[in-house]
Amino acid sequence: MSEQKQLFKVTIDNITVEVEPGTTILNAARKIGGDVTPPAMCYYSKLKDSGGKCRTCLVEVAAGSTADPRPMPKLVASCRTTVMDGMVVKNITSDRVTDARNGVVEFLLINHPLDCPICDQAGECHLQDLSYEHGKGASRYEFKRRTFDKHDLGPYIQLHMTRCILCYRCVYTADQVSKERRHGVLSRGDHAEIATYIEKSLDNDFIGNVIDVCPVGALTDKTFRFKNRVWFTKPVDAHCNCDKCSGEVQLWMRGDEVLRVTARKDEWGEVKDTTKGEPGWICNTCRFERKKISDWVIEGPSQVSRHSVISQGHYVGMKKPNETVAKVMGGRDPKLLMNIKDVSEVNQVELSEIKGPATSQVFKQLKKGN
Amino acid sequence: MGRKLLLEKAHVEGIRHYDVYRREGGYRSVEKVLKTMSPEAVVEEVKKSGLRGRGGAGFPTGMKWSFLAKPEGVPRYLVVNADESEPGTFKDRYLMEFIPHLLIEGMICASYALGSNRSYIYIRGEYWWVKEILEVAVQEARNAGFLGKNILGSGFDCDIFVQPGAGAYICGEETALIESLEGKRGNPRIKPPFPAVKGLWGCPTVVNNVESIAAVVPIVNEGGEEYAKLGTGKSTGTKLISACGNINKPGVYEIEMNISVEEFIYSDEYCGGIANGKKLKACIPGGSSVPILPANLLLKTAKGETRMMTYESLSDGGFATGTMMGSGGFIVMDEDQCVVKHTYTLARFYRHESCGQCSPCREGTGWMEKILLKIDQGKGSMSDIDLLWDIQRKIEGNTICPLGDAAAWPVAAAIRHFRDEFEWHVTNPSEALVRNYGLANYAKPLEIAAPTA
Repeated sequence: MSEQKQLFKVTIDNITVEVEPGTTILNAARKIGGDVTPPAMCYYSKLKDSGGKCRTCLVEVAAGSTADPRPMPKLVASCRTTVMDGMVVKNITSDRVTDARNGVVEFLLINHPLDCPICDQAGECHLQDLSYEHGKGASRYEFKRRTFDKHDLGPYIQLHMTRCILCYRCVYTADQVSKERRHGVLSRGDHAEIATYIEKSLDNDFIGNVIDVCPVGALTDKTFRFKNRVWFTKPVDAHCNCDKCSGEVQLWMRGDEVLRVTARKDEWGEVKDTTKGEPGWICNTCRFERKKISDWVIEGPSQVSRHSVISQGHYVGMKKPNETVAKVMGGRDPKLLMNIKDVSEVNQVELSEIKGPATSQVFKQLKKGN
Repeated sequence: MGRKLLLEKAHVEGIRHYDVYRREGGYRSVEKVLKTMSPEAVVEEVKKSGLRGRGGAGFPTGMKWSFLAKPEGVPRYLVVNADESEPGTFKDRYLMEFIPHLLIEGMICASYALGSNRSYIYIRGEYWWVKEILEVAVQEARNAGFLGKNILGSGFDCDIFVQPGAGAYICGEETALIESLEGKRGNPRIKPPFPAVKGLWGCPTVVNNVESIAAVVPIVNEGGEEYAKLGTGKSTGTKLISACGNINKPGVYEIEMNISVEEFIYSDEYCGGIANGKKLKACIPGGSSVPILPANLLLKTAKGETRMMTYESLSDGGFATGTMMGSGGFIVMDEDQCVVKHTYTLARFYRHESCGQCSPCREGTGWMEKILLKIDQGKGSMSDIDLLWDIQRKIEGNTICPLGDAAAWPVAAAIRHFRDEFEWHVTNPSEALVRNYGLANYAKPLEIAAPTA
């Protein structure tokens, strides 16, 4: 029995979960899933040392551990704080956290161009999701926004520094995934920017992964730029024999055309592990060169697990996030002012049952079937 | 007249050099420590002295030393933080410039206590001439056998290296300093792990202010208990205060921590009163990042007691009616100073110096600066004052390092105590451009609240 690892019990928003020692609060919350998971803009579980910078994942620690049940005076970054046995964490149940998070989102947005209508990342942008949940309808910022010139990073990657939130993920990716890092953060404060010091292009085999890790539209794929909106494309899992990487990718298709190739992502928007259990980073050849359907062996439609707009139009295999509200509220169901299902025709239908375009005809048929 | 421990000999001719310093009794503490004391005994002595960190936070130095992890086979490091960049603070420069051997002597004692064989002085890049003075002093100490291998035959090796920074305020934060010392971009690290466990090159490290390390010398020489007799309560010993602003005698003063703020400002021994016969309006007693206090709260606490130059008394009343000792950058403002403009200047500084790593500080400091400029230019509105308050509240405590707090506190305190002046700027924009709000009621005696039963 001595070999069995002792598990730490940690309570996050009234839900207790057992995790291994050394797990961060964020990862413990991800084990629970759903609403109690703090958002993370800069933390990336596959990248060492990432996290702690964006401050969106701040949580309140109401009790440090069983041994020392004192609360922590400040809000802590859940992505970098490890759990202790008997720790009690408040995320969505804490007003302080909600308040601070709203503040952080407002700060992130004051210099963001909000050009979602022309941004390639729209639809799969973490900042969009975050501001949808925590942002305000209007900004209190009334000054000129900070802007940068577009920086050319070579034939494949476009840097749009104005959109950047300085999460440092691409810096860590270049350090840890690709062979060499040619870009970094220059200057400091609100004029800090991701750049190459003297105009150089980013080209080595795995550098394309910076596009996948970028939570916003600062680093985009030049081969896909302005080709299509992501929610009009159809994600399918595919693989190929690649000598550089695992070759397990996600194709974003429209008709028979492969518009974009990315790594497969999990429900937190991070690169999934491959079937061999390694992080599924893909090489530049797979990402930028193999744009023909004959290059790939298609496995089938991808599971779209986020409740994002990408899932629109292809509901097959959509994974719903864990519903935690009742547990957070101690077993009570939330009191609804109005149940939308009472008045809506659309919502009486289980969306995942719709295979194909969701027309009113389909809705009527399914409703009858109910 | 209070006792001087650090600057007593600072004005002896030639004290900058080893021969004179040695003749005046220098390096006695190194001899005492290496020949008669164990490292633990030195730490114990510093603990007994009650010495509190002189860099700003006021954390007990002996305690900090005892937290240092001591794993086998891993080197430990002592780093002296000479990156003194806080506006209004220039005490360390004075000490290093005039009596550099005191710092080196303290460093040898501290290195022995902590078991550090390579100690570093991380000095602000703008102090390039001080760096040269220190390097000469280190070389002199090395020639005299106080640095290098087997110092004084004790078997203890120690060497000191002087490393200049590249001109960033943020590198005064201990983890950013360590990053910079390692040759990386000076971004603060995310704590934990603390430097005492994982610091310079992943090894246990103690980062101390110049003055704290210099104070080890008198502590060793006279004994911790003797040192603790100076000062009041938990504020033991002497403190260097760099006084500046609208006073008759700006400069660096060594005070024993048992005098009142009023005495410090008005007595001829220290600041010599407000310049040009003006009246005191406000004061920042600990360097730019501590809260500003109006005259009435500065001289007397909210309870009606005389405010003393001690850690406890200055922070009496919390941030609502108190401030902090900070690093001892004593900035005095007379009735002709404009608090709005002053706060704007500070906000501009913090915006420029924010490292840009975490979002509240990176975006918030710039936002505050813009709003303050707008109010100062007479284009502000009342809601801007509330917005400022809200922004500072959302920066404070939510950042990686204390720079966010340091940027938020001056704004918060200015609005808390000088809201009248901000409002006057909003309601009288054209007048605010040509004259200052003046003393107003900021020096009026406080109403002492009746004790509640």
